Amino acid sequence: MFIAPKTAPDGASHPNRREALVIGSALVGGALLVGCSPADIMGSGAPKSDFGPFGPFVKVAADGSVTVMNKHQEMGQGNHAGLAAIVAEEMDADWSTVKVEHSAANAKIYANSLMGVQGTGGSTAIANSWMQLRKVGASARAMFVKAAADTWKVPEAEIKVKDGVVSHASGKSAHFGDLLEAASKVTPPKDPALKDPKDFTLIGSDRVRRKDSLAKSTGQAKYTQDVYLPDMLTAVVAHAPKFGGKLKSFDATEALKVAGVKDVFKIATGVAVVATGVHAARKGRDALKIEWDDSKAETRSTPEMIEDYRKIASGAVTPSDDKWAPFIAKGEVGKLDGADVLKTSFDFPYLAHATMEPMNCVAQVDGSKCKLTYGAQGHSLDQMAAATVVLNLPGAIEIETLFAGGSFGRRSSWDSDYVVEAVQIAKHVGKFRPVKLVWTREDDMAGGHYRPMAHHDVAVKTDADGYPVAWRHRLVIQSFAKASPMMASMMVKNNVDATSVEGVMGSPYLEATKAVDAQVFTPHNPVTTLWWRSVGATHAAPVMEHTIDMLAAKAKIDPVTYRREMYRRAGKSAERHLAVLNLAVEKSGWDQPLKDGWTRGVAVHESFGSVVANVCEVKIEGGEPKVRRVVVAVDCGVAIAKDQIAAQMEGGTCYGLSAAMFGQVTLNKGAPVETNFDTYRVLRHNEAPKVETYIIASANPPSGVGEPGTPVIMASVPNAIFAATGKPVTSFPIVKA
Amino acid sequence: MAIELEINGVKRQVTAEADTPLLWVLRDELHMTGTKYGCGVAQCGACTVHLDGKAVRSCQTPISAVGAGKITTVEGLGGAHPLQTAWVKNDVPQCGYCQSGQIMSAAALLADNPKPSDADIDAAMAGNLCRCGAYQRIHTAIKDAAGALAVNAKS
Repeated sequence: MFIAPKTAPDGASHPNRREALVIGSALVGGALLVGCSPADIMGSGAPKSDFGPFGPFVKVAADGSVTVMNKHQEMGQGNHAGLAAIVAEEMDADWSTVKVEHSAANAKIYANSLMGVQGTGGSTAIANSWMQLRKVGASARAMFVKAAADTWKVPEAEIKVKDGVVSHASGKSAHFGDLLEAASKVTPPKDPALKDPKDFTLIGSDRVRRKDSLAKSTGQAKYTQDVYLPDMLTAVVAHAPKFGGKLKSFDATEALKVAGVKDVFKIATGVAVVATGVHAARKGRDALKIEWDDSKAETRSTPEMIEDYRKIASGAVTPSDDKWAPFIAKGEVGKLDGADVLKTSFDFPYLAHATMEPMNCVAQVDGSKCKLTYGAQGHSLDQMAAATVVLNLPGAIEIETLFAGGSFGRRSSWDSDYVVEAVQIAKHVGKFRPVKLVWTREDDMAGGHYRPMAHHDVAVKTDADGYPVAWRHRLVIQSFAKASPMMASMMVKNNVDATSVEGVMGSPYLEATKAVDAQVFTPHNPVTTLWWRSVGATHAAPVMEHTIDMLAAKAKIDPVTYRREMYRRAGKSAERHLAVLNLAVEKSGWDQPLKDGWTRGVAVHESFGSVVANVCEVKIEGGEPKVRRVVVAVDCGVAIAKDQIAAQMEGGTCYGLSAAMFGQVTLNKGAPVETNFDTYRVLRHNEAPKVETYIIASANPPSGVGEPGTPVIMASVPNAIFAATGKPVTSFPIVKA
Repeated sequence: MAIELEINGVKRQVTAEADTPLLWVLRDELHMTGTKYGCGVAQCGACTVHLDGKAVRSCQTPISAVGAGKITTVEGLGGAHPLQTAWVKNDVPQCGYCQSGQIMSAAALLADNPKPSDADIDAAMAGNLCRCGAYQRIHTAIKDAAGALAVNAKS
């Protein structure tokens, strides 16, 4: 679900990708019913009458306090604050007393309006809720206004609302709580008047801060790992060590002797050990004797896979199980050889999401009745997948959503992998007895669903001034949409998975180039892949931005000057790129050279409807790049929660920097080598740069901020290293193990 | 084995295998969920607690090694510790899962070194991972809390 709907500068959406996503998502459960909306496919959920007088998104308590229901997952990105602020703004509620809760799972009521089913991803939480929640807030406000006007016998137009207090010039005044009964009886207006954005007092102000900081600073915030229910069991699963391996046989004799182990049984993905707690379950698993069938498993090691990808890109080998798919074809690229041609290629590794809280899920099953308690992100997808296990309608699967300890895309999985495991185990246990499936860190990191490996081959012919006139691009990358036949049937167009090519497709640099021949090839293997914070941009941004710096260096032109000319050539579609570039350049002091061996790098990339520019300061120390300062300029439309936009730029920078510098999961004969933080190196406190965020003032509808900060640092750091050393950075991670 | 632990000033009786990590006794036996599981191999710091005032990784501390040591968990800080106040003021948490461990490492640092330099903070906090990348706010909040402690000490 991290397939971002692209938003044009005017805020208009590109419906084809959205439609594809909606239908593709609905297909995952195998419940396609022609002519039904995705929400209909979900089947029964709670009826609307279950909600209070103000509808399913807002509750008002007798003390006047307002609670906003968040249909999305708050996994760190700050949408609890942003979504509540939208309601509070239009409602004129008292922000200091506004609370937020995760809503139930119900696709008919809580669908992501850009997806058609309930789910969080593609940096769309704010974007898809913007008009919906403004109307919710405005409607509730109108109900209080009418209640006050009727009670006080004054015209509605003379009523004012501020901070949850309704008042009239006559001196009459009442709190939301005082008017609750009367307001509850008012028929909600069909088309409530919305504020003129220039009258916003909360949105965009410094008052929009997180609502969960205290709970998360005192150990009180509740995550899946923290669920303890009466009579609950803990489960771990022994998985095949190699991707594509299957269970041949197992002997549980010794495992069952471990104190606390209650049961050991086969499930679709391996052997489940059910015990009284995590320690016993793990000891039980350690005592299992298992034989795996590796006849269909991946058996290559990473160096062989990289070599295979390169051979495919060069045309030396073309596997028979797929075909080259063009995704941009314009003009005549011709033969690309000679002094005016730059040739380069890039290799990207598998990346684990490595959330701080490993995957987990609490499930209760009795016959076809099923309840899940966990950090749900892809609510509808998970309901569909669970429904196929317990043989029920997806909408009948009850979900209680808790905070997720990070996701970065991992908890919205196209195959709902760990959720299905939890449901299978709870079904075996039965009687609605709660079972907490716990993945250890090793399970989590070896569990696939990685950012796919990728290889890019690029050749660019330039004009007399050094700017591109012909661009040939070859990309080799697995497709997670193609991994599910039904998703592929709807999400893959002309054999191109949009998430594989995004960022190359839509690049202003290719817009500015007369002849382009860009093609993608999908290799197939059993290693599962998935969206990973900013998805295609994680490799497209470094490739496009580094190629631009190499072209600029070849032409002896400053990288900023070179980009400005490219954006001029690209025209209107690059206006926002130019604006963020100029802002980042100004704030970073680009024109003033740095001292003591420090060098700057620049990058600009659009993803999820937002455009971000990034200027970083890098020095090679002790053989490793050190990044001390990062200036980020972002255009994300209307800025609702400014401090959280900054937090996402800071966090997105660290996440991207960590991956670019250190991140890789390699395979040894088909088995992952890096399975914990001792080998999967991630960015630490002492390695984190200081990030400064500058937000472009905009009246466009809000677009994504959770992901777009990530890809630019993955490009600007290589550019800084190139500027310092003259050597292109074309193999990731930058720091080799 | 039956064992008595002193946690946040309260004596607790628990029954667990001797090799059970303190982390899983806190969580699975006592349901004290502020202390988090992140890696199980003392590489991420999410499980950090204090044992006799020193920050330790509870995932690598077998219960048999605790003895009569005094354990403090995030619940023992009380909620109004200067670090917790600074964490809220700076909106440090994102997903929040690592923050108990971050705060416990920072609390041990400030107890030892009330005026840490940037380098002191870097060194003390390098063992606590935050995948959301809240590091710069963690750093700022520790400095804020150190400042608040200094003001309190003077007054």
